[in-house]
Amino acid sequence: MTAVAINIEQVNLFYGTNHVLKDVNLDISPGELFAFLGPSGCGKTTLLRLIAGFNTADTGRVLIDGKDVSALPPWRRDVGLVFQSYALWPHMSVRRNVAFGLEERRVPRAEIERRVNAALELVELSQLADRRPSQLSGGQQQRVALARTIVVEPKVLLLDEPLSNLDAKLRGQVRRELRDLQQRLGLTTIFVTHDQEEANSICDRIAVMNAGVVQQVGTPMELYERPANLFVAGFLGSANVIDGAKWVDPPAGTPAGAKLVFRPQAATLSAASQQAWLKFEGAVAHREFLGSTVRYGVRGPAGDVSVDVAFHQGQALFDVGQSVTVGVPQAAAMWLST
Amino acid sequence: MTSASAVADLPPVVQGKRRFGWGQAALALAIAAFLVLFLAWPVGTVIVAAFTHKGAGGFTLVNFYDFFATDLFIRSTWNSLYVAGMSVVLASVFALPLAYITTRFEFRGTVLIQTLGVVPLIMPPFVGAVAMQLLFGRNGTVNMLLDQHLGFKIPFMEGLNGVIFVQAVHYFPFILINLSAALRNIDRAMEEAAQNLGSSGFRLFRRIVFPLAMPGYLAGASLVFVKVFDDLATPLLLNVKDMLAPQAYLRITSIGIADPMGYVISVVLIVASVVAMWLSALAMRGKDYATVQRGGGGLARRHMHPWQAVAAYAIVILILLLVLAPHIGLLLLSFATIWSFSPLPDGYTLAHYGRVFSDSAVYITNTALYATLAGVIDIILGTAIAYLVLRTKLAGRQWLDWGASAALAVPGVVLGIGYLRCFYGVTLPDGTPLAALWIVIVIALAVRRLPYALRACVAALQQVSVSLEEAAENLGATKARTVRRVVVPLMTGGMLAGFIASFATAAVELSATIMLVQSNADAPLAYGLYVFMQSAAGRGPGAALGVIAVLLVALCTLASHLVIERRQKP
Ligand SMILES: Nc1ncnc2c1ncn2[C@@H]1O[C@H](COP(=O)(O)OP(=O)(O)O)[C@@H](O)[C@H]1O
Ligand SMILES: [Mg+2]
Repeated sequence: MTAVAINIEQVNLFYGTNHVLKDVNLDISPGELFAFLGPSGCGKTTLLRLIAGFNTADTGRVLIDGKDVSALPPWRRDVGLVFQSYALWPHMSVRRNVAFGLEERRVPRAEIERRVNAALELVELSQLADRRPSQLSGGQQQRVALARTIVVEPKVLLLDEPLSNLDAKLRGQVRRELRDLQQRLGLTTIFVTHDQEEANSICDRIAVMNAGVVQQVGTPMELYERPANLFVAGFLGSANVIDGAKWVDPPAGTPAGAKLVFRPQAATLSAASQQAWLKFEGAVAHREFLGSTVRYGVRGPAGDVSVDVAFHQGQALFDVGQSVTVGVPQAAAMWLST
Repeated sequence: MTSASAVADLPPVVQGKRRFGWGQAALALAIAAFLVLFLAWPVGTVIVAAFTHKGAGGFTLVNFYDFFATDLFIRSTWNSLYVAGMSVVLASVFALPLAYITTRFEFRGTVLIQTLGVVPLIMPPFVGAVAMQLLFGRNGTVNMLLDQHLGFKIPFMEGLNGVIFVQAVHYFPFILINLSAALRNIDRAMEEAAQNLGSSGFRLFRRIVFPLAMPGYLAGASLVFVKVFDDLATPLLLNVKDMLAPQAYLRITSIGIADPMGYVISVVLIVASVVAMWLSALAMRGKDYATVQRGGGGLARRHMHPWQAVAAYAIVILILLLVLAPHIGLLLLSFATIWSFSPLPDGYTLAHYGRVFSDSAVYITNTALYATLAGVIDIILGTAIAYLVLRTKLAGRQWLDWGASAALAVPGVVLGIGYLRCFYGVTLPDGTPLAALWIVIVIALAVRRLPYALRACVAALQQVSVSLEEAAENLGATKARTVRRVVVPLMTGGMLAGFIASFATAAVELSATIMLVQSNADAPLAYGLYVFMQSAAGRGPGAALGVIAVLLVALCTLASHLVIERRQKP
């Protein structure tokens, strides 16, 4: 089975008067693991449900494999959706849950048997096939939901915050498993999450969303290194934002009205004055020990900034109240106006 | 019902408050005494009487042998089972579409339908029976029209059909309410997941929706079965005598209180109720599927295509017309001069209402008094039991709950017979038997309705977080004051709901009271209705009284709804 593309063209969607999706345009390539990333309530689930056919757009259309699916009901779309709550049917065993979609497609009994077994093996749940969903752990339920969806070999796979109901330890493991599985199946997959680390670690490309608007699309590194706007800069990792107007001594070439953005770990911190493209005096306002780094909050005339300093054993730390100089190298500085 | 020994071996006192532990035990004992005196003893007496030799006394099975050797009783048993079973089927046919359409689709008038759907409950089924005869009987409106235009008639109301039809129309709200609640509690994602995997339409309903709603459906269906099986007045009014409950009543009233057959039939009725409930509990075990909505965005109801909407409205209106037919018929009848052999009454008059208000006002005041007292007794007992069960560690407290709920399995006619047998021998100083006092009717009503009030109180108390009580205690309030100042105010809505449930159903209850009413002056409304409806001349005033009863119950229910709504507003 060859992977297919998904195109979302000029989609607007309202819930009553609430404009939930605004002029959304996305092109997702065949076989890609693509993330919708954004804060809670920004419209990720709505967009996903639109692709699956549970929502209807007020304008625009959705193409799967080049064909407009807007008129198709959910049960004709052949789009696999894994629900955030998993939505496993409590009155059916694991095996019956997984077999459901094949039964609805009138697949011959012997083939159902074979494919269900294969799917359960794929997610390593063959032993638990005759249990009820309520007798499984969260991670196992998540894998049943996945098996139930992929066993019908949908054209695309949609995952709505698949890891949000798992505890922190499982999350890291399961997301790598998901990535492996997706690569093996070669399925075009959309992964919805509000956790930037999750999106960064496994996805090929990410669409960052805020308030129903797609802010930027790109690979994790592109988004981190060249954020299109302040929202993306702040949402992917921490960023210091300094209003250019407040800058006592603006460096040459500052675009008018732009803000200076740099990452905490790109800056340097010293007790004495230092040589740097850009210097900024202040006092340590607070200090957080993060393990491999120490994060200092420095307060100065231009505002508050965070600086991360790598931590080595036995290293002397700056004290709260101590006067320091923050240096920012030119290569680390970004100018963003919105 | 309650194990006195379990209560006596002292409660593991909560937080070292010894004195209140004694108070709890005393309360539990008082409730236990009430349940034993007014439930366990009368029912026990009936059971013992069924196994006692009529002449010689002593244990015997000969009464049961006689029962099974009598053609009439065997036929009555089968008829009762058939009528109860078919009533469930027909009631499901009414309830399923209404529940599904109103919970799953964007449908104007959902609230109206859910409200109208409950209306049949606030009228005794036997009252509706008379109106149904006029509308659907052999010479009723519908058959006359059919005959005139199409040349055939449908035997809606012939024999057992009539009982089934009337009971299904009357009791289908139990299924509607339970099923709607169950459908609303299913996470919408459960259905969407099935649609996503290619399922739709009726297959979706059969494979996912209905199995998930099954517990709610079964709860409603078993209730309908038991109610119909135990009902006495509807078959009697439709002149169907070969069913079990009418037979029990007829034996006791025509042959006498000493005849063992009435007691044997009572035992059969109890066994059937218990078995039906036990089977439904068995079927429901491990199937608590109420699945809470977790992931966002799934709450929207589905849109209907125009043709779907037309079909849905047609179905809904047809069903509503059917189930509201008794009320419509009753209203017509109450204003009718003469209504027979014609689709509609010949003329209209207010005379029936005049007669009811001049002659029969006592029925109305009696009913208001009895139902109110029964409702008050029920919420006091219900709140006390709920508190003891949920908030104390009193040994054996669960028995109070079980004991009170056991009343559900006791048919009204059996309780009435039990009271007669237990309290008729006890006389007051002036020689009147205890069973003849109207307060006995009130107690019978209270015991019959206690299970419903108790469930409402338990649900209300479960929603009061324990931490709210702990906060009060932490600030120095004793347990008793915490109950008074925090628990009871927070439970008011639930208690009121329990009161309505008791009041509304007690106001139209007949099967226990019909055995206990000794004089017209003490009779409640339902009894008066029954007397009126038995004669052709009494039907007009009877219908007027019926309309008043419906309005009375409806107004009280509405009033308390408004009170609850106001209280629940933040
Ligand atoms: N069924 C609905 N009816 C009305 N508003 C909704 C519905 N579902 C979601 N919304 C609103 O749409 C917005 C986007 O929701 P959603 O797509 O669930 O966000 P996300 O998945 O990104 O957290 C929110 O403001 C939410 O309140
Ligand atoms: Mg979401």
